[in-house]
Amino acid sequence: MTTTTLEPIIREQPFFSGFEDKYLKLIVSCAKNVRFDEGDLVFREGDPANQFYLIREGMVAVHVMASQKGLVTVQTVGQGDILGWSWLFPPYRWHFDARTVRPTRALAFDGKCLRTKCEQDHGLGYEFLKRFTRIVVERLEATRLQLLDVYGAHS
Amino acid sequence: MAPTLEISEPKAAADPMLPVPCRIRRVRNETADTFTWELQPADGPARFAFQPGQFNMLYVFGVGEVPISISGDPADTQSFRHTTRAVGVVTRAMRQLRAGDVLGVRGPFGSAWPIEAAAGRDVVIVAGGIGLAPLRPALCRLLAQRRRYGRIVLLYGARTPQDILFPHELERWRGKFDLEVQVTVDRSADTWRGNVGVVTTLIPCAPFEPANAVALVCGPEVMMRYTVRELQRRGIAADRIHVSMERNMKCAIGFCGHCQYGPAFICKDGPIFPFDRVESIFGKAEV
Ligand SMILES: Cc1cc2nc3c(=O)[nH]c(=O)nc-3n(C[C@H](O)[C@H](O)[C@H](O)COP(=O)(O)OP(=O)(O)OC[C@H]3O[C@@H](n4cnc5c(N)ncnc54)[C@H](O)[C@@H]3O)c2cc1C
Ligand code: FES
Repeated sequence: MTTTTLEPIIREQPFFSGFEDKYLKLIVSCAKNVRFDEGDLVFREGDPANQFYLIREGMVAVHVMASQKGLVTVQTVGQGDILGWSWLFPPYRWHFDARTVRPTRALAFDGKCLRTKCEQDHGLGYEFLKRFTRIVVERLEATRLQLLDVYGAHS
Repeated sequence: MAPTLEISEPKAAADPMLPVPCRIRRVRNETADTFTWELQPADGPARFAFQPGQFNMLYVFGVGEVPISISGDPADTQSFRHTTRAVGVVTRAMRQLRAGDVLGVRGPFGSAWPIEAAAGRDVVIVAGGIGLAPLRPALCRLLAQRRRYGRIVLLYGARTPQDILFPHELERWRGKFDLEVQVTVDRSADTWRGNVGVVTTLIPCAPFEPANAVALVCGPEVMMRYTVRELQRRGIAADRIHVSMERNMKCAIGFCGHCQYGPAFICKDGPIFPFDRVESIFGKAEV
């Protein structure tokens, strides 16, 4: 699929609404379609984080290795969700493993390229930071709730 | 609301403080700490009517009395059900009881989910943990009158896959074309293939029209707080979000003041409140 056909898809995603046209064109030029089979590793904790993904279909589980409990799933992301924020924050390494639970189609964005553009144009950088900070805050909130164990017997 | 447990002989239910002896007909273990009872009056058949969302006071002789919501189908008037999680003195004693044992029942008490008022609208049900039990009668009633409503969406969060309540029923509901069911767990091992994350994460993409939706929410208070915030962010007005509140109870008929919640008594004004009525006191530790 060529990048021109990705533009309408990207434009209709709530995550990208509000980006100026010139930025959207730039984002589109850094995007490509990707497919994963069920059980594929999307990224591994500690590896360089040079992409982020917008899930179009399917489901990806975010895992962490807890020594006593083995591999624990802490979050799943599905259609319309953004996967991966480590590309934007030093040291640009994945904080978790991500593996598909079902066959998954996504848009992959070249984070390395976008990072450079963000450095060159802080307007673009600010737009990305606003959006990804919100994702990180939502994640933090969700993690707090999970830690509170709200459904536990003594909550 | 006046109790309507109608015993044929003798007519003992007239006094709302007097428990009616009821026999456990069946016990079903739902999860490691949660069980469902099917109950009938001990001394003969009776018609039992309740509104979805109401609760009974269950009295374990010699131990104590606790409020427990009715979890059965309101169309079943011959018996009634309670789904209880064993957390303390009385509920643990309840778990020891078996089919054939007798306990005292007063009720039903309290306000109901706004099933009638929701006609013509989308209905979003958000449940957390044991909170699915008080919502089950509401869903049964909605499905019995399916054509009167727009989209019906059930979003349910549990701690782990093993803690999911009514799993077979959820499977059946999920199989229906006119009901959207989404389940998520807080954490899971590798074998679970569904959603992981708190129930609030299901709200942004759930298929309903906020301007025309009614939300019914039941679960731990902290979960309801974040849920309400997310529903409001989607655009559901506070007076169309209904929450079910819990406080310790004694009389259940508005006499003793044990269940006071700000200016309201949960036993008679609640347990179900439109959120705009409790918004100013919701989530405050001292209330
Ligand atoms: C209107 C209403 C409807 C209810 N419906 C249901 C229902 O359908 N199913 C059900 O299982 N429960 C329900 N409850 C909660 C139930 O009444 C309490 O769990 C019960 O009163 C606890 O009594 P206990 O003697 O077993 O525990 P206690 O000995 O009084 O408490 C022991 C410990 O359990 C904790 N605890 C007490 N209540 C709860 C609670 N609700 N959740 C978590 N921990 C708690 C206490 O903090 C304490 O640490 C309802 C409550 C109300 C007010
Ligand atoms: S329990 Fe007595 S007033 Fe509510």
